[in-house]
Amino acid sequence: MDPRRVPRTVSDPKVRQVGFFAPAVPPDRPQSGPPDPGSTSPPLSDISPSSNSLSPVMIPPPRHLSTDLPRNFLHGPPLSPLRDPRAADSSIPVGSYNPSEFLSPSASTEFSEDPLSPRWGRRISSTGKFATSLPSGGIDVAVAKQNAVNLRRDVPDGGANTEMQKEKRATDAKPSKEKLGKAERRAIQEAQRAAKAAAKGEGNRTSAPAGSNPTNTGKSVKPVPQKKDNSSVAASERKSGDRQADKDRKKDVPQPRMQFDDENRVEKAKKRSVVKQTEARNRVELFRHLPQYEHGTRLPELEAKFFSLSPVHPAVFKVGLRYLAGDISGGNARCIAMLQAFQEAIKDYCTPPEKALIRDLTTKINGYVSFLIECRPLSISMGNAIRFLKTRVANLSLNLSESEAKTSLISDIDRFIGEKIILADKVIVKHAVTKIRDGDVLLTYASSSAVEMILEHAHELGKQFRVVIVDSRPKLEGQKLLRRLVGKGISCTYTHINAVSYVMHEVTRVLLGASSVLSNGTVYSRVGTACVAMVAHQFRVPVLICCEAYKFHERVQLDSICFNELGDPDAVSKVSGRKEINSLDGWANSENLRPLNLTYDATPSDYVSMIISDYGMIPPTSVPVIVREYGREHLWI
Amino acid sequence: MWYRSASFILDRQHQQQNDTVTNPDSRPLSPSSSAMATENPNPSISMYYQTRAAHHGVVTSDWLAQAQAAVGGNSDDAVSDNCVSGGDEECKGFSVVDEFNNWRKQPDLAEAVAAIRALASVIRSSQATTMMELEIELKKASDSLKSWDTTSISLTAGCDLFMRYVTRTSALEYEDFNSAKSRLLERAEKFGEISYKARRIIAMLSQDFIFDGCTILVHGFSRVVLEVLRTAAQNKKLFRVFCTEGRPDRTGLRLSNELAKLDVPVKLLIDSAVAYSMDEVDMVFVGADGVVESGGIINMMGTYQIALVAKSMNKPVYVAAESYKFARLYPLDQKDMVPALRPIDFGVPIPSKVEVETSARDYTPPQYLTLLFTDLGVLTPSVVSDELIQLYL
Repeated sequence: MDPRRVPRTVSDPKVRQVGFFAPAVPPDRPQSGPPDPGSTSPPLSDISPSSNSLSPVMIPPPRHLSTDLPRNFLHGPPLSPLRDPRAADSSIPVGSYNPSEFLSPSASTEFSEDPLSPRWGRRISSTGKFATSLPSGGIDVAVAKQNAVNLRRDVPDGGANTEMQKEKRATDAKPSKEKLGKAERRAIQEAQRAAKAAAKGEGNRTSAPAGSNPTNTGKSVKPVPQKKDNSSVAASERKSGDRQADKDRKKDVPQPRMQFDDENRVEKAKKRSVVKQTEARNRVELFRHLPQYEHGTRLPELEAKFFSLSPVHPAVFKVGLRYLAGDISGGNARCIAMLQAFQEAIKDYCTPPEKALIRDLTTKINGYVSFLIECRPLSISMGNAIRFLKTRVANLSLNLSESEAKTSLISDIDRFIGEKIILADKVIVKHAVTKIRDGDVLLTYASSSAVEMILEHAHELGKQFRVVIVDSRPKLEGQKLLRRLVGKGISCTYTHINAVSYVMHEVTRVLLGASSVLSNGTVYSRVGTACVAMVAHQFRVPVLICCEAYKFHERVQLDSICFNELGDPDAVSKVSGRKEINSLDGWANSENLRPLNLTYDATPSDYVSMIISDYGMIPPTSVPVIVREYGREHLWI
Repeated sequence: MWYRSASFILDRQHQQQNDTVTNPDSRPLSPSSSAMATENPNPSISMYYQTRAAHHGVVTSDWLAQAQAAVGGNSDDAVSDNCVSGGDEECKGFSVVDEFNNWRKQPDLAEAVAAIRALASVIRSSQATTMMELEIELKKASDSLKSWDTTSISLTAGCDLFMRYVTRTSALEYEDFNSAKSRLLERAEKFGEISYKARRIIAMLSQDFIFDGCTILVHGFSRVVLEVLRTAAQNKKLFRVFCTEGRPDRTGLRLSNELAKLDVPVKLLIDSAVAYSMDEVDMVFVGADGVVESGGIINMMGTYQIALVAKSMNKPVYVAAESYKFARLYPLDQKDMVPALRPIDFGVPIPSKVEVETSARDYTPPQYLTLLFTDLGVLTPSVVSDELIQLYL
């Protein structure tokens, strides 16, 4: 059985409960138990992995904190602790509009089965993930064990069951309060963590004594009043829990991006940096938070440094230089180059004495990454790839030898490149080609490797279509694409973005690449994409975004200002090869002139009809679904 | 040359089909149209339309029998060919298609549910001895069902969902074959039961949206919508219904007839009077042939324009659709679908040079829909893709 499937029942608070399902509490549960929320815990068979395999007709996951709270609001404060479990029993948590809540009790029993259970099979899978994804799991366990001793000792067989009880307790303990106090929540978190640790330790043993459930619940009666009444216990618990929780929180929250208008941090960063950059003199006010440097000053200096001893591995150094020079562009190319450089670096890596590979290698990689950032800000896809690599490093088992660890990392990187980039592109091509019909006029903007592959494949299949390539200054990337496509025998039209509204009326599909797709469906791509998409939308032409799923990101961005990359301002002011266009010569000396060369823009999801990723053709509203379902661990394998 | 739109392709297709299908018995609706059939090159009828006709009682059942005999006898017809060969392969005293047809005879049973039931009985009567064999057999059966009518979205989606639901259980690897098979059967029957009850669930869910004194516009004849309205009437809600006529097969007439039987005030509109009467309407209720990945629906011709009118007048458009109609399709525009053709009776002879648009359904994009009532709950259009991703990936 797939190990990641099982545990999600246990603690995923994200479980969306749409539709009908059977009550989680079995009918034979003693209704006349003591006023103990602990007794609401579902039988172990619901959640334990081994018994799960016996009942493939999935039993819906037990209710959780997140779903229980709203229900409490709906029903008002329950009369007594007894009342609450029963309410949970009879109501179907679809929402307030659920008819069976209002019609008759018989109706609810008649229809309260889960409609399409396979979902549960999928949904049930995140604790395991969570537990393994936590890099510091080992340390956590130890601390948490200490903290939550008094909670744990009451629940002898620990396991997933404990956690359920705790969650129940959390909701039931304070039924009349609308919100749990901050401290309480923290305490509950601690308890859960402890429970998880216990579950880990005790493994399968938990699943066996399903029959002993009654005794178990009887035992767990005690802690509740204790916890309720005796706040001092909770307080002491909290104290020790606090620090740990804070640490964890720090880990969970991603580091805020460097804001370049924050002088202190800029100063600090300067001291660390390898690349000495001079700041641009006329910085654009609105984009002060982004790095704005003089272009062209860094390269020669860095090249000179190439042979000097530096902490950066030569392969990484080389890639960095090529980023700086603009030799490598395009999301996939940059990402692959970076990963391959890291592979080289890992190959040559050897752990210094008295250091652990996991920690030392992570710091090494961090160093490489900050060097690369100095050369050119990372793209989101690269960020994702780095995150993948770091989780891989962190998850390396401690008893691997150095060479084993290195080979495993190298093969992981290979797998990432193969599956997430190359294979993904093939899948995208396969999907996208079905949307190209004979007689279509396809418009594309700038140059996207995925779009190019699609066009070539469609041409190989013998489809009759024409391509309009829209391009823009200063990079004019479309010209290379045009050259390759014409070379393949595809009939093309080439125009600049100024004419996009003119050519759009004859276009039947717009195919665009993306640097990243954010979780509100916003497409983050080469500057000008938004313009093309909006014109297409106005002309009612469907806009198809081709983007590999590894570029999806859970961030939400509403504009192109707060995160962007600034290119060389010279590039917009000068036209190469045209000496007569010189009105902007010497602009750099002017105080009032601030040329702006943005690299990316954000296209709102309204203008996107479809996103083609390796998970198929999805509407932009489904990006968060992909990120949620395959996110973090899974999305990056 | 570049500008050839899909409708031209369709034309070419049915020109070809016209060449092959010449049996007049299979086409006309009424005697009058059979009289004009000689002058008017009628398009061939998709299987989709035939089943629809049978279920919705647009034409008499003996006509269908005749038509089916005609289609079956016509060896050029690819669809019937597939159907026959699919049956032959199964042979061994059992054929899915036969089983399917058996189930289909129940008037209230949706096509997809019939298919699901038929597939369940494939498992039951299978003589396979290994899991792999059984799965292959099941796959074959569902393929032959699907090829029986390639234009029906719900049939294809229902079969796919069944396969997903039934075979995707991790327990299979553990058990011995017999218990695994019974497990499959259990799941299959459960799925059949769920699908069967879906309509009822939807009717219950939608009751909160029908308030006293409201006016509901419905389009075409949908059994789910009828169930919704019937339940509302039974719950003593006071509402009136505007039925569109539903040309050319006059499905609206049938619905208005049914509603009149329930003592619901009904007004019949011609299809072109939708915008005229939209200001009196409080909500639009439509069924769906298929719900696609974008959250839009594919439904009887005319749904799109009703949704457009409703949107521009800020009236909610509710769709009632069972979850087995969720299909992994993503049409980008109207022509980006498998066409379903149907005959149109204009009452008068049409000159041969005049083209007739014979598509039976259109695609309504999600931005024109307010909510979808499904047996999974009341969903916004964007959740459809969420559900599909979870089912298929």
